[in-house]
Amino acid sequence: MAQPAFVSQLDPDRAEFYRHLLRQMLLVRRFEERAGEAYAQGRIGGFCHLYIGQEAVAVGALTALRKDDYVFASYREHAHAIVQGTSVSTVMAELFGRAGGCSGGKGGSMHLFDVGHNFLGGHGIVGSHLPLAAGAGFAIKYRDTDQVVICFFGEAAVNIGAFHETLNMAALWGLPVVFLCENNRYGMGTALERAAAVYDVYRRACSYDMAEETVDGMDVLAVHEATTRAVERARVERLPTLIEARTYRYMGHSMADPIHGHYRTKEELEEQKQKDPILDLQVRMAEGNLLDDGALRVMKQAVEEEIDAAMAFAEQSPEPAPEALFTDVYRE
Amino acid sequence: MPTLTYRDALNQALREEMERDPSVFLMGEEVGVYQGAYKVSRGLLEAFGPLRVVDTPIAELGFAGVGVGAAMVGLRPVIEFMTWNFALLAIDQLVNSAAKMLYMSGGQIPIPVVFRGPGGAALQLAAQHSQAFESWYAHIPGLKVVAPATPHDAKGLLKTAIRDDNPVVFLEGEMLYNAKGDVPDEEYTIPLGAADVKREGGDVTIICHSKTVAVALKAATRLAEELGVSAEVVDLRTIRPLDTAAIASSVRKTNRCVVVEEGWPFCGVGAQVVDEVQREAFDDLDAPVIRVTGADVPMPYNKQLERAAKPDPDKVIAAVKRVTYLD
Repeated sequence: MAQPAFVSQLDPDRAEFYRHLLRQMLLVRRFEERAGEAYAQGRIGGFCHLYIGQEAVAVGALTALRKDDYVFASYREHAHAIVQGTSVSTVMAELFGRAGGCSGGKGGSMHLFDVGHNFLGGHGIVGSHLPLAAGAGFAIKYRDTDQVVICFFGEAAVNIGAFHETLNMAALWGLPVVFLCENNRYGMGTALERAAAVYDVYRRACSYDMAEETVDGMDVLAVHEATTRAVERARVERLPTLIEARTYRYMGHSMADPIHGHYRTKEELEEQKQKDPILDLQVRMAEGNLLDDGALRVMKQAVEEEIDAAMAFAEQSPEPAPEALFTDVYRE
Repeated sequence: MPTLTYRDALNQALREEMERDPSVFLMGEEVGVYQGAYKVSRGLLEAFGPLRVVDTPIAELGFAGVGVGAAMVGLRPVIEFMTWNFALLAIDQLVNSAAKMLYMSGGQIPIPVVFRGPGGAALQLAAQHSQAFESWYAHIPGLKVVAPATPHDAKGLLKTAIRDDNPVVFLEGEMLYNAKGDVPDEEYTIPLGAADVKREGGDVTIICHSKTVAVALKAATRLAEELGVSAEVVDLRTIRPLDTAAIASSVRKTNRCVVVEEGWPFCGVGAQVVDEVQREAFDDLDAPVIRVTGADVPMPYNKQLERAAKPDPDKVIAAVKRVTYLD
């Protein structure tokens, strides 16, 4: 069996924070499981990329930000929107394509947006949102504020030109952007070692003289600490960082894809599930006497009720009006 | 009224809009220290500093995306492509990010960005540097497409484009930068989507834009002198939104129409214009509409072949003769 991902010692004074991390991870896990069920029932359409297994990355990283910081993500972004503050109800309603969705039902699973929480997508072309994140970083420099941008992307994005063009400009111009690569090992069915001459994503930062760090992406506290360091570097020194979080997805690339098969074995998947980031934190908190079974049960119950309410909201939210087809093409 | 080149008219527009609105900045290859590959940005670095006149690496996709991202959070970038030929490397950001962001965010995120630079053929620059892409961008809902023909229009339209809350593709004529024309001293803007009758006439409508306006005007002068044909020259100025009312009203008056463009014929701007004409003025037409376009080939280097590939007054006159049954 794999070693549990103990990295940092739990601090009893931060019990409340750990409970918050645990609750957020449980929330996005259950959100994704319920979304998967709804997809199987045909109530969610299109492509639906679930985040199950990777929760420690979004939760650990986004809890290191301030509310006025900007967040960009790829198409596997339900969790990032939720952790950033978008209500689970409006995210679920968006998956259902309803008017009450965070993008009015016009974006769907891959295009969640919530300007009120500085959640700026939800982008469906691999790598295309990295320059957008640099643009928000440029605006921060332009306005001379101390905000920070964080940009999440998968390891398959590091082989596309946009990655290199963006990291070069971010380093050259000193843009306050944290580039967080979620290395879940597979771009759809292509293992990183079959697509990249250099396996270690973080090593690419040296091409741009950029700070880098690699972190266990199954350890929410390690992700939080690494991101905190990078955010500080961006906020104070206005310098970018490339973080590589080594993580793993427990589901297929999207709901339309097999969970295992030609590209990875069931045994590998089962082994990785032993490192479940949620169980890992639960165990560590229990060992530190920071969480008992009763409290965990109450937390899980509250999460379930929140998702129940989100499902109900999504189901009851109206379809977009027919005239919505032609609105929002141009700003008048 | 002062006479300015097309280049200096654009420069004035940039300067005035940057003075007027601190959220406007210019970014692109060689726009700063080098003063612009075509000198459109001359003096702007000195006037506004390196944060607002930003030299970029050769990374079209990257800096186009930086522009879109900056627009997402409220700045008003003007992104210069050294030529639109190189913008093909950036087209994902124009089509997938800029054009769709407002729609797929349910109306939350407008993208007030201008992408501008020279397009069309110059002289013997061969296949990869001689392309007119108006129809490519005009195809995309969410983009506006502007292609001015004169210094006056270039200035007024660029100012409007910068103030517009939508992504605007602004195609300048590479061969027009030295063209001179009257530009008023006083502040003015020109609305997007408004065509302009550059010459009035009663026998035939010639619809054109950008560099082909001068071609059409030369043809119109000769048509009047040599054949006694009175041609009306309608400059579209904006390809999207298209001024269908102006097109229809001219064709209803003349009953004959020729459409001239530098781009390739297949699915070109003229194809869209012809569609509008047949629907809006079917009963008014006395002849099929004829199109004059760039030849349906990659641009050759050889001077004679290149000349043969481009629209010119002779080709326009030949087309007018056909629609007026004079040949």
